[in-house]
Amino acid sequence: MLQIVNLKVEIEGKEILKGISLNVKKGEIHAIMGPNGSGKSTLASVLAGKDFGDITEGKITYMGKNLLEMAAEDRSKEGIFLGFQYPTEIPGVSMVNFMKTALNEHRKYRGLEPLSSSDFLKLMREKKDLVKIESGLTNRSVNEGFSGGEKKRNEIFQMAILEPKLAILDETDSGLDIDALRIVANGVNQLKTPENATIVITHYQRLLDYIIPDVVHVLYDGKIVKTGGKELAVELEKKGYDWIKKDVDIVSYG
Amino acid sequence: MQRVYPKFCIFVCYLFGLNTINGTITGFHLLALGGLRFNTMREEMGKEQDKLISKVTSGEYKYGFYTDIDLDIIPKGLNEDVIKQISAKKQEPDWMLEFRLKAYKAWLGKKMPEWAHLNIPEINYQDIVYYAAPKQKATMKSLDEVDPLLLDTFNKLGIPLEEQKRLTGVAVDAVMDSVSVKTTFKETLAELGIIFCSFSEAVREHPDLVKKYMGTVVPYTDNYFAALNSAVFSDGSFCYIPKGVRCPMELSTYFRINAAHTGQFERTLIVAEDDSYVSYLEGCTAPMRDEHQLHAAIVEIIVEKNAEVKYSTVQNWYPGDKEGKGGVFNFVTKRGICRGENSKISWAQVETGSAITWKYPSCILRGDNSTGEFYSVAVTNNHQQADTGTKMIHIGKNTRSIIVSKGISAGKSQNSYRGLVKMLKNASNARNFSQCDSLLLGDECGAHTFPYIEVDNQTSIVEHEATTSKIGEDQIFYCNQRGISNEDAVRLIVNGYAKEVLNKLPMEFAVEAQKLLEISLEGSVG
Amino acid sequence: MDNREATIKRFSDLLRDNRNRIEKNSAGLLNSFREEAIKQFAELGLPDRKNESYKYTNLEPWFNANYKSYFVPEAADFRAAENFKCEVTDLDSYNLVLLNGFPPRYNGIMAGLPEGIWVGSLTEAAERYPGIVEKHYGKYAHNGKDGLIPLNTALASDGVFVYMEKGITLHKPIQIINLVHSDGDMFVQHRNLIIVEDNAELPIIVCDHALSPQKFLTNAVTEVYVGENAHFDILRVQNEHNNAAKLTHTFIHQEKSSHAVSNNITLHGGLVRNSTYHRLNGEGAECNAFGLYFTDRWQHVDNFVSIDHASPNCISNQLFKGVLDDYATGAFNGRILVNKGAQKTLAYQKNNTILLTDDAKMDSKPQLEIYADDVKCSHGATIGQLDEDALFYLRSRGIDKNEARLMLMFGFAREVIDNIHTEALRERIDELVLKRLRGELSRCTTCTINCDK
Repeated sequence: MLQIVNLKVEIEGKEILKGISLNVKKGEIHAIMGPNGSGKSTLASVLAGKDFGDITEGKITYMGKNLLEMAAEDRSKEGIFLGFQYPTEIPGVSMVNFMKTALNEHRKYRGLEPLSSSDFLKLMREKKDLVKIESGLTNRSVNEGFSGGEKKRNEIFQMAILEPKLAILDETDSGLDIDALRIVANGVNQLKTPENATIVITHYQRLLDYIIPDVVHVLYDGKIVKTGGKELAVELEKKGYDWIKKDVDIVSYG
Repeated sequence: MQRVYPKFCIFVCYLFGLNTINGTITGFHLLALGGLRFNTMREEMGKEQDKLISKVTSGEYKYGFYTDIDLDIIPKGLNEDVIKQISAKKQEPDWMLEFRLKAYKAWLGKKMPEWAHLNIPEINYQDIVYYAAPKQKATMKSLDEVDPLLLDTFNKLGIPLEEQKRLTGVAVDAVMDSVSVKTTFKETLAELGIIFCSFSEAVREHPDLVKKYMGTVVPYTDNYFAALNSAVFSDGSFCYIPKGVRCPMELSTYFRINAAHTGQFERTLIVAEDDSYVSYLEGCTAPMRDEHQLHAAIVEIIVEKNAEVKYSTVQNWYPGDKEGKGGVFNFVTKRGICRGENSKISWAQVETGSAITWKYPSCILRGDNSTGEFYSVAVTNNHQQADTGTKMIHIGKNTRSIIVSKGISAGKSQNSYRGLVKMLKNASNARNFSQCDSLLLGDECGAHTFPYIEVDNQTSIVEHEATTSKIGEDQIFYCNQRGISNEDAVRLIVNGYAKEVLNKLPMEFAVEAQKLLEISLEGSVG
Repeated sequence: MDNREATIKRFSDLLRDNRNRIEKNSAGLLNSFREEAIKQFAELGLPDRKNESYKYTNLEPWFNANYKSYFVPEAADFRAAENFKCEVTDLDSYNLVLLNGFPPRYNGIMAGLPEGIWVGSLTEAAERYPGIVEKHYGKYAHNGKDGLIPLNTALASDGVFVYMEKGITLHKPIQIINLVHSDGDMFVQHRNLIIVEDNAELPIIVCDHALSPQKFLTNAVTEVYVGENAHFDILRVQNEHNNAAKLTHTFIHQEKSSHAVSNNITLHGGLVRNSTYHRLNGEGAECNAFGLYFTDRWQHVDNFVSIDHASPNCISNQLFKGVLDDYATGAFNGRILVNKGAQKTLAYQKNNTILLTDDAKMDSKPQLEIYADDVKCSHGATIGQLDEDALFYLRSRGIDKNEARLMLMFGFAREVIDNIHTEALRERIDELVLKRLRGELSRCTTCTINCDK
């Protein structure tokens, strides 16, 4: 589904991603872990098509297409969903109008008729239950005045409506208490099918207790320094990132 | 608390009349000598602050004395002859006289600006002495030749001109009435190639530099008072920092009006070449007199690539008495240009004096990535009027500016912020943030905000915020509940309010400014 | 003779030469103000850019053009206007059509209105109810620095008069459809007077349209008296063409505990200058001044707002937002004046503008002038562009760039629109604004004239 080959990204002259290669197949859940500043969020933003920094090298192929040539909105319509670490507040734009516009753009892309208002509202109600989002929230402006937890649940709610093929969840667990974490994880798990794939980006292992990854990658200093099964996350939690750093630093000095 | 101090400046406790609290200050010195760390000093400063607050009981102007010294005076009046006499007395070259005469002509064709929120009584320009110099020998070999009365004057003001008092670590150019009295530390600075001298001396010794830069930032046609100054200016300071030099000490000019019926018209020119840095301080006082005195100055700053100039002012001209009698009219044109890339000008001012202040230290941000800053506290009490602010003219790409203005009005005073932020067409990605707050103490004063924002560029962002309010009653109550009196509570709150700006001043200046703030507001708290 | 003097002379002559014609068609009361007004105009002249409150707006080209007519002495021929359908007409309201500044005359009171409300011609009212009109006419339109106001007093012969008796509440708004239509370039001046007595409630909608492509210059003065505890709400929708200039001066005088809202929504117009004055004359009065402006091509919109806190315990709130496209220019002049003794004042002011192109230009001048200490006042102004992060967020959900920009602009405008409390009206304005942003709104839906040369 997604192949990243030797991706290098510079921001303001500083190399943030130093050659990332990654292969995600449908039905898989990948976890990308790493300490702060290792480049996790940069990778997520690059995949979603945010216009920043320079891609100096590398290739990203998604469903057989060159992802880097696609506009952000086309990536979305092709099924890529980014759950933002810090969802943007957009005053004045109501959630309903926002999601309806987005969904109908997706439908148009697939050659479907736009959803009627009543059908859309029905769909919203249905999906709201999934993440236990209060109905009041959908009447407000996008993310405006939402608490941290509400913002994250809102991201999963949008994911539920857009039904992506590849979901990238950037630190979706940060700032969540244990109940909210369970709700979010539960939502993600319910949306999981053999046809779609998920990349979970996280700092801690605790989210991976609920969303069980098939593959775990450790990102450090712009490179994937270790790849393993779900047990790698557990080991990492036990030994901390210093363990990885030490390893890498020894390698680079040795 | 995160402030970085230039190496030498922490010693200076002398500027301005700290004689009132001598004991503490001496201790301060010893501490400094003992090489104690900065945080210790901060603690000390905290105690200092408490003492200051408790000490202030009468808000008299402390610098109101007059020195009876022999003067060389050109009689009252303004005409071409007077200008020629000034020029002759200063033994100026012809080009300088020409410049003055052209400026005089320009001035005759101009009208007094009326747009400011000020009520300015008519000024009789023929009733002013334009040149008054303390008589002293033409060239002085040593300090012994300086009139002891003069030395005494500056000592009284807390400005030591004896270089053996090295502790101060500040190079001072002291200007009394029309002429520069003494510049300290000249030789030390000369070793680094830094020129720091009186303006008159610069005209004689460095005519090429003066010719090259004078009037390039503030042309004599700029405004009424700039034209007047250009015609009659008597002295001032000149400062040149060569390429790559970081000036190791604060440079300071101290202005003193002494003689009666005298106007003070000084000009300052600062040139910072590529990769250089200087921090410049300016202070001023005048005797108490019943009549108004006119001060019309020009400051020009030129900053080249990667260079930075920090200009701090504590303005404490005589503000007039409680009934609004007397006081200095302060009409000042201060402007700097960031000519080179990545250059920076930072203005910090504490304006507590003058009957009328008309002053807008500005930055022309021409070099790409250049930065302009303006931090101001303006306090008005009794019948004082202030109309002050800044202009940030963004010309280059990625230019940045920040404006923080804190106005405090008390008594029957009027205090206005007036500022312009202009983004020109090519100033892509330029940014400005302005915060202009006003605090009102009493129901007979006024606080006004007049920002002008002009944006001609899509990619730039300008944000302006302003608030006006009186001191929060709940804040005072909170202090009361903890046993702090009303008066002290107000002082604490006012200090906190001004902190953001005071923190931008070199420390010794900040202490002074804080004290001034309190004195200025004396008697305004009910 | 310089330009300024030439203009003064031109308009003074105009009055002198045509005084009989103007006065014959107007009321004695209005006529009695003309002499003094023309004197005042002669002193002030036209406001030029040296005038602080016109610093960013150049009126000269509009005043130096040659108009076929400079005043309209006779009541208008309404036949041309009959077929006009205003964008906001499907709203349930009492409609009054003004043509070239003239209300229909000789019908007396507007039909279908409840008891206690009078809507019609000011000139007629001055004759019918001299006591009431005399008490208020010329009492509130004061700005010692703006010559356009005495110019209007000198030359206007009629306009709208609305009177609400004490305690009367009008649930349906009165809609004034303000049309200009002529076969030659025209300078229109009209004068309106609105009186809302104590405890009454009056919502008004004004729609400005130009029906023919000629050059139009309108200079309209409206005086409003809002009595104790009364409510007044005026929403103006401006949709003229690029060859039309609209100068409005609205003076709202508010008594104790009254509440007034003014809202100017500018969709199209060559030059628009809205001066709105709220004077909070009695304790506990409250006012909201809103504005929303969209400009493109070479259009220019200038909103001038003056809030005069003359009494204690009053609240004022200003919110002005706009989007400038192409070569358009905009200006905002906001002023809060808190007079001595106006303690416990709360006054807020906000102006936000988005520039869509490098050629658009915005000047903003939010000002506070405060002479009382127990106040809370603030103002904020921003000029910038659409939020890049928000744009990316929308695009990452599959919304294409243009649509996303549109949504953001619309979202930006919502803050103003949300302040319209009548739901049906709010929805209409929503639609209008959205159409405007999509470029689907010409000066009016039936327009076939290409007036952008």
